[in-house]
Amino acid sequence: MDNILEARELRKTYGENEAVKGVSFEIKTGEIFSLLGPNGAGKTTTISMLSGLIAPTGGDAVIAGHSIVSDSLRVRERIGVVPQEIALYDDLTARENLTFWGQMYGLGGARLSARIAAVLEQIGLSDRANERVKTYSGGMKRRVNIGVGLLHEPQLLFMDEPTVGIDPQSRRAILDTVKALNALGMAVLYTTHYMEEAAELSNRVGIIDHGRMIALGTQRELAQQIGGRETLSLHISDDQNSSALADVVRALPGVDQASAMDHTVSVIVASAAEALAPVVGAASAHGFRIKGVEVAEPDLESVFLHLTGRALRD
Amino acid sequence: MSKSLLIAWKDLTLAFRDIGGLLLMLLAPFALTIGIGLVTGRFSGDANTGLSDIPVVIVNQDEGTIGETIVAIFTSSDLAALLDPTTLADAGAARAAIDADEAAAAVIVPAGFSEAVFTAAEAAPQIEVVLNPERPVSAGVVQAIVEDVLSRVEVGRVGGQVAIEQLLQTGRITPDQAGAIGQAFGEQQASTAGGTITVRRVDVSGRAAEAFDVLTVIAPGFALMFLMFTVTNAGRTIVQERLAGTLPRLLVAPIGAGQVLGGKLVGIFLIGVAQVAILIVANGLLFSVNWGDPLAVALLVLASAAGAAGWGALLAALAQSPAQIGGLGSALMLIFGILGGSFGNVLTLPAWLMPAAWITPNYWGIQGFAALGTGAGLAEIAPHLGALLAMAVALFGVAIVTFRRRGLV
Repeated sequence: MDNILEARELRKTYGENEAVKGVSFEIKTGEIFSLLGPNGAGKTTTISMLSGLIAPTGGDAVIAGHSIVSDSLRVRERIGVVPQEIALYDDLTARENLTFWGQMYGLGGARLSARIAAVLEQIGLSDRANERVKTYSGGMKRRVNIGVGLLHEPQLLFMDEPTVGIDPQSRRAILDTVKALNALGMAVLYTTHYMEEAAELSNRVGIIDHGRMIALGTQRELAQQIGGRETLSLHISDDQNSSALADVVRALPGVDQASAMDHTVSVIVASAAEALAPVVGAASAHGFRIKGVEVAEPDLESVFLHLTGRALRD
Repeated sequence: MSKSLLIAWKDLTLAFRDIGGLLLMLLAPFALTIGIGLVTGRFSGDANTGLSDIPVVIVNQDEGTIGETIVAIFTSSDLAALLDPTTLADAGAARAAIDADEAAAAVIVPAGFSEAVFTAAEAAPQIEVVLNPERPVSAGVVQAIVEDVLSRVEVGRVGGQVAIEQLLQTGRITPDQAGAIGQAFGEQQASTAGGTITVRRVDVSGRAAEAFDVLTVIAPGFALMFLMFTVTNAGRTIVQERLAGTLPRLLVAPIGAGQVLGGKLVGIFLIGVAQVAILIVANGLLFSVNWGDPLAVALLVLASAAGAAGWGALLAALAQSPAQIGGLGSALMLIFGILGGSFGNVLTLPAWLMPAAWITPNYWGIQGFAALGTGAGLAEIAPHLGALLAMAVALFGVAIVTFRRRGLV
């Protein structure tokens, strides 16, 4: 399978701050590739360089045969971008927005009309196309925001955290749309800090943290990186400090990593069966009341925790 | 259509969908124009000047021709629509009428004035024109009429003196005859002046002009003042779009950054053109304002919008936030309004402040529209067009460099 994108040693510095520190990866034609990492990891900076919004400080990427450094205009003709924020004109209707953005991508005449009709159908807004966007719900705006990125039928679609701050129903719709687009042969670069989304959508995942690509592969390949370890999830009562429990557990023998989020402590262990009794015992000894325990197979969250010692949403 | 023009057209569309913006763009200057028009009598009198029936008191204590001539002029049928004269014998009563705001001005011709003028007396008495500060425009009209009469008399007197001196030098008359001839010549000049005088309406070059319509100054004055608001508001959309994400989205489309910036700047210009054009046409249709040569008017609209748009672009390039542009834009609108003549004649500014008027599009636009309204043509407003276009080129140039340097587009 050919690569639609090949990034090599991409770097971006802002003064003293190095936001992206030499990231390399490739996306195969027709696959969904997720860039998974916590907020501030460098996902948006990476996607901004790839889409031509900002120039890399070093390195390069080739998209559909064109360099983002030396042939940015050709690259931008071949990609679609769905930004994290809703980037639409509220006082224009959905149809007017699509018309304007289609024209910016060089569409016109019958082809533009046909594409607008197809995209409106695809995002389920054909019957409300002539209403101003400012009258739409947040979810509807998100759908138009995605629709703009699809108008010119790009070979590669960049979606930068498209589900941030939306209701579960709209989130579900967006994930289904991504799958549907991929089924039509469109490659997708999807950035998220939600492990579940990356797990559901992706053929391959790149985990990025502090501007570095710390792991890359299929979910199975990534799970293998933690060597058959398992995850214990300890749920404690609301009035107790999960970070303090994580500190207690992390010091125990056989515990690889421990991380707290809300009222749950995730613990990476070599063997859940062997670690369970000492972990629960230590918790009780320090006054923590365990309300429940779950044992899980390694997932992307476990991989991130194993590699960084932190939870994705720390 | 090029992508820059599509961006500009989109901005124009959005500007005309903003109801609040439209109120300030169109309704506010239009309402102010009507208000000032009513105050000046533009909509109530039959004179095109907007001035009529100016109450004036004349006190003629002179026993000679000049005093008679002045009374005759002020009471002539030619000026009947403009002036409402009253003759009094007592100067004190005339001054009291001014104090009581019963007249716009009083003209007091002192005793012996004609004789003193024609005999070139060293301590000649002076005509006194008492102006009512509450009615500066009307009082100015009265003063202008008096000065016009006196200048004609002065021309005749000097001309007569030269002629008499030549006659004396060549021995054609004796010194005894010179005094009598001089008085007769002067009286003849004064009486002739009375038959020909009118309120002359001239432009700065001295060319006889069309009837002056006060709306040709008021309407562009307010249109250009609110144009500054419009263009700064339009410039603000560059910063707003950057924050809202639509500008970054434009920049990842297959379109050059220069085209995007060009489109935004053309958008500011188009919005300005639309505003001024609508106001000019509306005033023309609703109030029968004769703006003059249509081609020159169109070019002046374009040039005024370009000059103002330059300021809008510069403000957008320098500002840190939309709120900052809003504040600075409002300040600029008022300051340029004062300096440029939107609120009144720039000649009332202190002399040291006059050069500041030249950096405002208001000044050049208002002067240009006023000139066109009094019959000037394209050639005569070429300096105004040149100044506005130079302003636009310079300001857009600085704005583009600033945008690039700050990495905003």
